[in-house]
Amino acid sequence: MRAGVVIFPGSNCDRDCVHVLRGVLGQDVAEVWHGETALEGLDAVILPGGFAYGDYLRAGAVAATSPIMPAVRAFAQAGGPVLGICNGFQVLLEAGLLPGAMLRNHVQKFQCRPVHIRVESTRTPFTRALREGQVLRLPIAHGEGNYYAPPALLATIQDSEQVVFRYCAPDGRVVPEANPNGSLNNIAGVCSPGGNVLGLMPHPERASEAILGSEDGRLIFESLIAFVESRRPVPVG
Amino acid sequence: MATVRIIITLKPGILDAAGQAVRQGLHALGYEQAGEVRVGRYVEITVPDGLPPEGIHQMCERFLANPLIEQWRFEGLDASSMAASRPRARRPRPEGRPSGRNTDQRGLH
Repeated sequence: MRAGVVIFPGSNCDRDCVHVLRGVLGQDVAEVWHGETALEGLDAVILPGGFAYGDYLRAGAVAATSPIMPAVRAFAQAGGPVLGICNGFQVLLEAGLLPGAMLRNHVQKFQCRPVHIRVESTRTPFTRALREGQVLRLPIAHGEGNYYAPPALLATIQDSEQVVFRYCAPDGRVVPEANPNGSLNNIAGVCSPGGNVLGLMPHPERASEAILGSEDGRLIFESLIAFVESRRPVPVG
Repeated sequence: MATVRIIITLKPGILDAAGQAVRQGLHALGYEQAGEVRVGRYVEITVPDGLPPEGIHQMCERFLANPLIEQWRFEGLDASSMAASRPRARRPRPEGRPSGRNTDQRGLH
């Protein structure tokens, strides 16, 4: 798989993503500066965490106007897998590639700690190798992760299986106590109607090696790799 | 040139964690009379004279505000004061915004 990691001014998890994909999982990775306008020869695109443009205006708002974003939009509309992690999720929301918006955490604090999330849908390239109800332990680090959608939009998202992850207790129960930021219905990750664009607040790239305390994040990247490999044409002869 | 002054706030009913924190601070300083606090953004933009209000509304709808959660009002395009806060007919969705964003037009748009 050849993945592109988009780097905005203020991204700070781009190297972590590159490290996991290239160093841990042995994949080919292109580091794509946000000022570029083309995404060629890529199987997947990742928008990493950080504080793109200092979160000026709103988290992700200015980054959504970056020169690379029309190419990201075209890549997504053509069915290409796009993963937004934390600030990358916020960029995808602001770009209109995912539904909903982020508010400040209801607890008025930056939340930086491990959480548990439950897999709600396996229809995305990033979760197809997981099983519904599977619990992952991943770290979060955000001040604006309080997922919000107006009632009609929320109903649509839930009815069309666009909720991919929910914050949960270690045993998988989705309870208010497991919600770190006030997100509606404990939503931690949503996907596009087609399932190929996914955004999540937790950081799988920070939990992909045993030395970091959890390898659960690697499952999301491995799922993506398996998806990409399965789409490759089988060599003849 | 005219200077447009735009105020953007969270819609009524949307949790304003920053406003709550500011209210706590005011109370900590003894201003117990401070009730609900809403924190927003203020943006000044210079524009050519004669720009129709619709141009500013588009800037807000596409970029300066997030119509899912925020509302806006502005003044400075003409002699009228903060008169732009009015319900508007729904416009076609701007490029790059999800369709769900424009379904809720309550508030000050």
